[in-house]
Amino acid sequence: MANPKPEELARIDLKPHKTGWMDTPTVFKPGIFPNACKQKSLQTVGFPNPRTWSAKDEDWKLPENWQEIFIEGLRERVSKYRSFRLFLDICVRCGACADKCHFFIGGGDPKNMPVLRAELLRSVYRKYCTTSGKIMGKIAGARELTIDVLKEIWYYAFQCTECRRCSLFCPYGIDTAEITILARELLNLVGLNIDWIAGPVANCWLTGNHLGLQPHTIKDTFDMFCDDIETITGIRVSPTFNRKGAEILLVVPSGDMFADPGTYTTMGELLLFNELGLDYTWSTFASEGGDFGFFTSNEMAKRLHNKIYEEAKRLKVKWILGGECGHMWRVWHQYHNTWFGPVDFLEEPVSPITGTKFENTKSNKTVHICEFTADLIKNGKLSLDPSRNDNLKVTFHDSCNTSRGMGFFEEPRYIIKNVCNQFYEMPENTIREQTFCCGSGSGLNASENMETRLRGGLPRANAVRHVRDKFGVNMLACICAIDRAALVTSVDYWSPGVRVTGVHEMVANALICKGEKKRTTNLRGDPLPGMEGE
Amino acid sequence: MGLIFSFFAVITLVAIVFIGVKAAQLRYLFGIVIPYAAFLTFIIGVIYRVLQWGRIPVPFRIPTTGGQEKSLPWIKWNKIDNPFNSLGVIIRMALEVLLFRSLFRNTKVDLREGPKIAYGSTKWLWLGGLVFHWTFLIILTRHLRFFFEPIPGFIRILESLDGFFQVGAPVLYLTDLAFLGAVTFLFLRRVIVPQLKYISLAADYFPLFLIGAIGFSGVLMRYFLKTDVVGIKELTMGLITFSPVVPKTVGTIFYIHLFLVSALFAYFPLSKLMHMAGVFLSPTRNLANTNRAEMHVNPWNYPVKVHTYEEYENDFREKMKAAGLPVEKE
Repeated sequence: MANPKPEELARIDLKPHKTGWMDTPTVFKPGIFPNACKQKSLQTVGFPNPRTWSAKDEDWKLPENWQEIFIEGLRERVSKYRSFRLFLDICVRCGACADKCHFFIGGGDPKNMPVLRAELLRSVYRKYCTTSGKIMGKIAGARELTIDVLKEIWYYAFQCTECRRCSLFCPYGIDTAEITILARELLNLVGLNIDWIAGPVANCWLTGNHLGLQPHTIKDTFDMFCDDIETITGIRVSPTFNRKGAEILLVVPSGDMFADPGTYTTMGELLLFNELGLDYTWSTFASEGGDFGFFTSNEMAKRLHNKIYEEAKRLKVKWILGGECGHMWRVWHQYHNTWFGPVDFLEEPVSPITGTKFENTKSNKTVHICEFTADLIKNGKLSLDPSRNDNLKVTFHDSCNTSRGMGFFEEPRYIIKNVCNQFYEMPENTIREQTFCCGSGSGLNASENMETRLRGGLPRANAVRHVRDKFGVNMLACICAIDRAALVTSVDYWSPGVRVTGVHEMVANALICKGEKKRTTNLRGDPLPGMEGE
Repeated sequence: MGLIFSFFAVITLVAIVFIGVKAAQLRYLFGIVIPYAAFLTFIIGVIYRVLQWGRIPVPFRIPTTGGQEKSLPWIKWNKIDNPFNSLGVIIRMALEVLLFRSLFRNTKVDLREGPKIAYGSTKWLWLGGLVFHWTFLIILTRHLRFFFEPIPGFIRILESLDGFFQVGAPVLYLTDLAFLGAVTFLFLRRVIVPQLKYISLAADYFPLFLIGAIGFSGVLMRYFLKTDVVGIKELTMGLITFSPVVPKTVGTIFYIHLFLVSALFAYFPLSKLMHMAGVFLSPTRNLANTNRAEMHVNPWNYPVKVHTYEEYENDFREKMKAAGLPVEKE
């Protein structure tokens, strides 16, 4: 399906319908919702109600007692998550969150205002879990869980990227991500996942990564990376896999092993660690830092990430280094320690190059690669020539998860400013803690829901266009694999002429390696500044 | 629908007390029984709700981080918006509760042809909310004069500050004006801003009408109808000392005011007004971002089914060997 022209798509009316939202039926529009999950994906991980179904069909082939399952699940979860119960109880509908959501700004669908998206489930909660809702019904904002209500919850649970921007502005910190996470968990109880999440989850279960890359494929892919690195720099790097006794286990998002421009980031990491002589290993088993289980249920998220610690233990490494990825770091930072701690079989991370102790991760023993590299640069361990990136005018996209689930702002900026001469910030309401989602996070990066993705991507891309027009920015840096996949599409559409890169790609471009040949191109094969004719 | 329902609900409340006192002479009921019952409902209800929330575990440490985290020693971190210790959390919470810090961040999107999107700062909701809550608190505190004899000094000071301009007799309190203004503002934005109108429920209009009616009846009583204050104090002191009396001299307007306040107290624990207590328990605000430095325990953490390395190697052993990857079992 062809997408409408940007000018057409940008005619957005933020005014809601005339009829009240409970009386406005949700119409399933093509381009807005992703494909339904496949039978096989659910079977692989033993999820309920595996079958072939489509959201376009009238009959979603639900179990007979779906209503009971959903409501029981809801009751269970409001007694297990204080966040969930509290956020369902205390919203005053002040509206501060309304125009903070990228899907609402770019689309105008009132049910994408975070308050109303939450209200879809809140109304059901009132009906079945509160006295006033039971007695007063609609006047108390309660409604029956009919099949149409269930479908509506599904439709909007997959139009939220769990980016938490609304939660920053909420006077009570109500976090729509919590609502969406648990809404999706409830939907999964009756077999209502989407293909773009359930597929990667099944892959990850079997092969250790979302893309389903098998061990020998990973090895072959890296051989190609090494060949390319050798062609460009004259240096042969020889990474190791599943090696016991390495000091550090490196885990990156598998997207970076698979598709441009993420692959250049992996090549950058290979080159950097080779130059340092770091004693580290990759793993074909723990071959995924991201966790699409997190977009399915908390249990599934935990099931998928057990491998990282199991592998660290098996290989007897000292600590774990994690690559550039957004939701991966939300999960690693805010969930790993609780799921798998105490991680006492690993050591408190110390950089073998600088001797720096990473005190902030002394319990969890996972270091972000940007923390690691920023520390290297600060201690003068890297010999850098930022002018090799002079063909780039760079801006930086803060990923939602590392921003509002971690507070990771300075490290990547410090690195970028040391490896590039031309760096420009996007407007202040669109970066750091106020950053906008790429529009495709939390498993929404499919192609059949392209309109949703483009609309959701508009606020970010619009800020990119602003710096493109003002400063001539031509490169959008980010530290997230989903960003690297999604922003390419959204920026091409809204702000053509800007490309997307990982931070470590630029690090490797600027890195002067011992014994390298005179470089004429950067890692992606573009001529270096001044080398255009060669 | 919610608006009309709420409006008539409050009108009905006023009618009930008016008829009850004026026609049926149920002064004891409206002056003593209902206020006691309402107050008890409030106390028990709020405690119950807070304990109910408090009993639910916080399985994960999920602060919403609003600034740079504490990491490498040379990187400046944001101690308030990304707290790393209890002190930071206390400051963050205090600013949130007392000054509505998150609301202060509010922006307004401006969508123009092109498309061109801009985000302007907007402080109206923050200001309106702040004025509303603070004046409410001050007015409530001033009312303590009815429950103390002699009246404590801090209440007298508060009163003289509030009536600083010495306008009118009795002296006009600034908070009365500001309070009614703020309630009106909060109401008007709900009916004027289309998105807000769309999301507003009866549960949003009702407390606004109720609180507005309380303010209005209070102002009427103090400045215009001027009912017998000595009688009122007799009644309120009776309530507080558990020796209730019902003076005959107090006008109906007082009973209307008191009944509406009682309605608010009784309604409070059942409603969204519980955000007053809930905000303190919000896990995205009241937790320090120490996730990787300290382990947060989930009381219901349970073992899950995993796909082990052994199973993985069993699936791929031959391919791994062929690719020269080390294996556990040859």
